[in-house]
Amino acid sequence: MTQSLLHQILDPANRADPYPIYAELRKTPVHHEEDGPFVVSTYYEIRSLLHDPRISSDAHNLVSTGHDPLAEPAQEEQSELPPSFLRLDPPEHDRLRRMTNRHFGPPHSPHRVDGMRGELQGIVTGLIDGIGDPGRIDLVDQFSYPFPVTVICRLLGVPREDEARFHGWADAIAASLDPDPDADPAERGKGAPDARMQLGMYLAGLIEERRKNPGDDMLSELASAKGPDGTLTTMELLSTAALLLIAGHETTVNLVTNGMLTLLRNPDVLQRLRADPRLAVPIVEELLRFEPPVQLVPQRTPLADIEVHGVTIPKGSSLWLVLASGNRDPRRFENPDRFDPDRRDIQHLGLGSGIHSCFGAPLARLEAQFALSELARRLENPRLLEDPPPYRQNAVLRGPRHLSIACDGIRP
Amino acid sequence: MNGDGPLHRLRREGRIVVVGASLAGLRAAETLRDEGFAGSLTLIGDEPYEPYDRPPLSKQVLLGMADADRTALPRRRALDATWRLGVAATGLDMAARRVRLADGDEVPYDRLLIATGVRARPWPREAEAALDGVICLRSRGDGAALARRLAEGPRRVLVIGAGFTGSEIASACRERGVAVTVAERGAAPLVGALGGVVGAVAAELQRAHGVDLRCGVMVTALEGDASGRVRAAQLSDGSTVEADVVVVSLGAQRNTDWLAGSGLGAGPRGIACDAGCRAFDIRGIVTDDIFAAGDVARCPHPLFGYQFLSLEHWGNAVSQARIAAHNMISESTDRLPHLAVPAFWSSQFGVSIKSVGVPTLGTEIVVPQGSLDGGGFVGVYGYQGRVVGAVSFDHARWLPFYEEQIEKAAPFPPPFPTLDRRPDAQRPRDADFPDPSVPTHGPTVTLSGYSPADRRMTFTPAH
Repeated sequence: MTQSLLHQILDPANRADPYPIYAELRKTPVHHEEDGPFVVSTYYEIRSLLHDPRISSDAHNLVSTGHDPLAEPAQEEQSELPPSFLRLDPPEHDRLRRMTNRHFGPPHSPHRVDGMRGELQGIVTGLIDGIGDPGRIDLVDQFSYPFPVTVICRLLGVPREDEARFHGWADAIAASLDPDPDADPAERGKGAPDARMQLGMYLAGLIEERRKNPGDDMLSELASAKGPDGTLTTMELLSTAALLLIAGHETTVNLVTNGMLTLLRNPDVLQRLRADPRLAVPIVEELLRFEPPVQLVPQRTPLADIEVHGVTIPKGSSLWLVLASGNRDPRRFENPDRFDPDRRDIQHLGLGSGIHSCFGAPLARLEAQFALSELARRLENPRLLEDPPPYRQNAVLRGPRHLSIACDGIRP
Repeated sequence: MNGDGPLHRLRREGRIVVVGASLAGLRAAETLRDEGFAGSLTLIGDEPYEPYDRPPLSKQVLLGMADADRTALPRRRALDATWRLGVAATGLDMAARRVRLADGDEVPYDRLLIATGVRARPWPREAEAALDGVICLRSRGDGAALARRLAEGPRRVLVIGAGFTGSEIASACRERGVAVTVAERGAAPLVGALGGVVGAVAAELQRAHGVDLRCGVMVTALEGDASGRVRAAQLSDGSTVEADVVVVSLGAQRNTDWLAGSGLGAGPRGIACDAGCRAFDIRGIVTDDIFAAGDVARCPHPLFGYQFLSLEHWGNAVSQARIAAHNMISESTDRLPHLAVPAFWSSQFGVSIKSVGVPTLGTEIVVPQGSLDGGGFVGVYGYQGRVVGAVSFDHARWLPFYEEQIEKAAPFPPPFPTLDRRPDAQRPRDADFPDPSVPTHGPTVTLSGYSPADRRMTFTPAH
């Protein structure tokens, strides 16, 4: 018997190329197996649900998770923290996101991301300078992974001397999000609760410190600002900081790695990027369509029975929105399986849409643009040593675990 | 297909004239070239400038964040067009297929697109309107002049009319720390476009930002000093407002005067056209060589009972121009209807206002999301049991959903719970639009006309 589509999506054997499964999925825009989640895979239906005020992100509204293999308990990442705004509905979501955005983006903080350009350039330069043997580079471990973690440290204002400890905790948490299938199940993810605890305590201490001696970093502002919505409590601030950390690097690492992988598979585009770094902007946009770091949104549920493409999705059902499939929907994009940075019609779903659309999008775009244009410029004659590369297990946050490449040298 | 039929000749060597060199005219011209029109293309504009963007004139330009002369519209492609700028069209000879220009020239056409838009309704008394410091805001030059006045730090600005433009000007004044009085004939700002329920929120917003808002009053006279500078305004309630800048923001008038006597179905309400943007003549017969797009056009919309809609919306100008251009060079069976759901936006007092559909058609309103008391909201308008419009204050990310509801003629009030779970979310109230026979300042949509099947169809001739 053939595997059900749901199992095929989750099967790590399909991680390197899930797109044929998505194409199969799109034949039934709302796919439902037995007790499983309702899986929506076509562009217009996904976009419509992302703006639907009957669709909740709060796990408390799930009537039954049935057999949803990606279901998580209502509490955020099984920790003691209150849910972050990613898992809340209005009006609480709106209040927390508004208070956080006040110190991150326009209109109140229009220079926060743009002001990090120098910092980003410096981090990228440092990481590329630090690449040792150009004959064997693991782009994930040596570049894509440490880059966004460092950026989050700088954004939050983690002191430089603490960055190494911060990386350690982030590594342990990341490993728990993506267990190694070959590891002893008893040992799997064992370090994560400790890492979460220690990271939480560290951040709590840092918040206290910043309340007393505020700097111009985001954590100081979040900790001390008194806006029209008041001040975030320490618990709210901790779950927001945890959200920024997890969502901020687990996604960017894949965007950068998928990006370099795609460029190495499309050497003509890589060549063009080397000649003109401004091409990084449309390249990153097309990457968000072609290989989005978040493949699907698994945590939504309707507050009432809703009808989508002729299928009634009952109140409280588990709902998956397969963004990566919508991005390849031929009803929306011409030649959807072609990587084409010259595409002008590119309203992809890679960063979501609606009130939960990616909070860090402006930073993520800038990070990927800097990373890819600098890698293209400085790596001499880069090539893939293994294609496809080994992938992480995670079907949601999809990306290579390692990306082995070689080049002839590193340009200054 | 016959490779040398009339349409092929038109596409290869025809003459297309676009009167109106603003947003709709430019986008139409680009679409013509995109779709392979290789003949001669002439754009005629009464202003001496290449097409520029107007929304910033009441926002960034007044705040000093953008220069009025740097608002040129981005070009989507090269046009290879003849530009007749700074020369108004003054007449149309439909039989001879010629457009007359103010300089006496005549421009022949095979297909004509009229996109002459609107102008600001001037202060009715000429002597008062001529006082130094009395300004209308429509053009680039107006924007620059008003920005200069605001930068000089006037003691007080009086804005007459609290439609979208007037409210945005008041917002810019407050952001610059300039004292401002707003006089509105209706019961609240934006009441003509959004009704009294939402108007009350807009009024509260203005007052919270320090605007001296006077509703239910008219300005009866403007007074100047000995040197001809405006000094004060008399209001219908007997009060006087001293101001050294007066902005007249009384809505718009359609630029159709130049078509008087031409035989085209053009009047104060605009140019009547079919859903494919072909203009009607005064006999109610559709022409096949004259098209209209943008603010000056009024065409039947199937979603709204085939009523003729005139929309002063940026997005409408773009989508209607594309449809008109496509239809100008297409076989009748390949023509497309202009079906875009109307939408507009405004930003004022730190709030982003967006709307879809036609709120003015609504009689009732519900607030399914957010709250009228602060933090933003979505208001949904209903007419005869269906959703016809929606407006958001700082809640724009939900509007695509309501746009779909409008497209589907979904039931009103919406029969489902929403995330906010507001107890009164499904209880409609009177949207409180003013009596349409009483003019208010600055509605952006006017509904007029009847279904094509309606035998009472009337026509307002040009005068």
